[in-house]
Amino acid sequence: MAENSRIRITSDDGVGRRRSISGPQWGAVLGGSALAIYGITRRSPLGMALAAGGGTVALVAGARKRSVRPPSTWTTLLVNCSPQEAYRFWRDFENLPRFMNRLQSVTVLDDRRSRWIALGPMGRQIRWDAEITDERENESISWRSLPGSDIQVHGEVRFQEAPAGRGTLIGSKIEYTQASGMNGALAKFLSKGANFAMRQDMRRLEALMEAGEIPTTEGQPHGPRDFVTGVMRVADPTRPIAPGSNLKEVFAARRDIA
Amino acid sequence: MKAVCYMGVEKMSVETVPDPTILNPRDAIVKITSTCICGSDLHLYDGLVPTMEQGDIMGHEFMGEVVEVGPGIKPEKLKVGDRVVVPFTIACGNCFFCKKELWSLCNNSNPNYWIAEEMMGYSPSGLFGYTHMMGGYAGGQAQYARVPFADVGPMKVPEGMPDEKVVFLTDIFPTGYFGAVNADIEPGDTVAIWGCGPVGQFAIRSAFMLGAERVIAIDRFDYRLRMAQDGGAEVLNYEEVDDVVQTLKDMTGNIGPDRCIDAVGMEAHDHGLMFMMDRLKQMARIEMDRPAVLRQAIQVCRKGGTVSVPGVYAGFIDKVPMGAFMNKGLTMKTGQTHMMRYMKPLLEKIEKDEIDPSFVISHRVPIDRAPEMYKIFRDKKDNCTKVVLDPWADGARAA
Repeated sequence: MAENSRIRITSDDGVGRRRSISGPQWGAVLGGSALAIYGITRRSPLGMALAAGGGTVALVAGARKRSVRPPSTWTTLLVNCSPQEAYRFWRDFENLPRFMNRLQSVTVLDDRRSRWIALGPMGRQIRWDAEITDERENESISWRSLPGSDIQVHGEVRFQEAPAGRGTLIGSKIEYTQASGMNGALAKFLSKGANFAMRQDMRRLEALMEAGEIPTTEGQPHGPRDFVTGVMRVADPTRPIAPGSNLKEVFAARRDIA
Repeated sequence: MKAVCYMGVEKMSVETVPDPTILNPRDAIVKITSTCICGSDLHLYDGLVPTMEQGDIMGHEFMGEVVEVGPGIKPEKLKVGDRVVVPFTIACGNCFFCKKELWSLCNNSNPNYWIAEEMMGYSPSGLFGYTHMMGGYAGGQAQYARVPFADVGPMKVPEGMPDEKVVFLTDIFPTGYFGAVNADIEPGDTVAIWGCGPVGQFAIRSAFMLGAERVIAIDRFDYRLRMAQDGGAEVLNYEEVDDVVQTLKDMTGNIGPDRCIDAVGMEAHDHGLMFMMDRLKQMARIEMDRPAVLRQAIQVCRKGGTVSVPGVYAGFIDKVPMGAFMNKGLTMKTGQTHMMRYMKPLLEKIEKDEIDPSFVISHRVPIDRAPEMYKIFRDKKDNCTKVVLDPWADGARAA
């Protein structure tokens, strides 16, 4: 698909088509999720039962008829900036950790190569060197990891001017190639919820480009939390754990988060 | 600092918590001089809106003095010492929606947007002190608050104008006005307004400002209906009539009110079998909101009229007369208020003495008494219409 002369923001393997789920199933997923969210907020045995029941309904309904196609992280967002601005921001790879939560750092080595460090399970560092494989100014960038890296990963981003002066459509994906052994486990870890993580990352990018900062409530004051909230904070998949921390510290820190 | 914290359903408590700090470049810290309990806070008090957590700081109607600004804020926009009212919606000012002045739909101010997307498809803007689904921002029923994107929302107010005249620019006055604007009122129109709480009261007065000929206000509490009458409305106590719809038809020569405003929302009261069913379903969590008012509004609205909904709904409702809505060619408009459109023009109306919003206040108390005031406000005891809290008064002494 990279050979295509025109930029295609939506791709065959992408945009929300990772599974085929029927209408009633979506109903069950949404209804179950709503029930689960609602139940979690009840803070009572009945609420927890509701949450468990709702969650199960959502999971079972969502899990059915899983397609054989591997999950893709293709995400496209409309951002109120020019393709040039978006391209320039992304092309400086050292900007990526500002909105990609799992990245700890990216160091640019030369014009085509860069060194990436991501956070794995319990703050374990995952490293790879990447090189740009294809690039069109203000239109697209593709890159992949070099041999000798902890994992195999490749990614792509496309910038397309949106119609009617509405800004730029930014489409992006990152894929972790499955391998065996420890590295395979790491790739699997990163792939888990990769679609959701990519969406979160892209929403943070949108906020950065449009508002100049990413909205947050981390560090704001709050009254005493209860145990359930503390546990939920620790389990939050959207916040990676920093390296060198132990469970107790993580637990304490997460309880502080608003 | 002191802050009113949600500690569970029908459990509010004043806790001592750390002072807020600047977290983002465009933040500001406001030392709060006046803060209020909103009718929509009662939905949280009753545990009917999902994603509240124990320890959340309540409140989204507050004003005060800027005591700290982040490095991303230009001094001509906001500086330390400015006296400001803070709108309850948080907006970045530069996304697709902010550019269209759809401020309450800002795409960048809700860090927990994905929870809202799960329930609603897309996320509205972040709100102060109004569930984690709406951002999880600490609220303003406290002594200090952190205000994100402080160069967009907060509006400076002139010195010498007392807090109680301007504090309702943070939510209920613009929200009542927005409800009337959304009703598409034309000169000569008859407007029916359900709910004579603070938002309903401002909707009544705004409807007249926008050219309404008659306003019919509907409630069940005499003290609220009297206040509506003071604002020029004809009043209807729905507990004294068998059928609100028939009564409104009779009052309008069988044409129906041209515009209907639902200033009640998800916890509507009514009598009859349908209401009892709603109540049961809401208790069993089969139905999230009770749409008694919405049903009546759609049923009685004149053909080709407009239904405006400033009242808060959180989730799903049953038995909405969609057939009536479609076949009568009605229009419905709703949404959280696009605050920054209306704050300045309404401040000018206050400055010109066209309206003094402080008429809705029934209680002025120290913040320490907030927990009991939630109950009094919810149960409509003590002729309660609006509670203003003083975060700095010594509650122990005043009580």
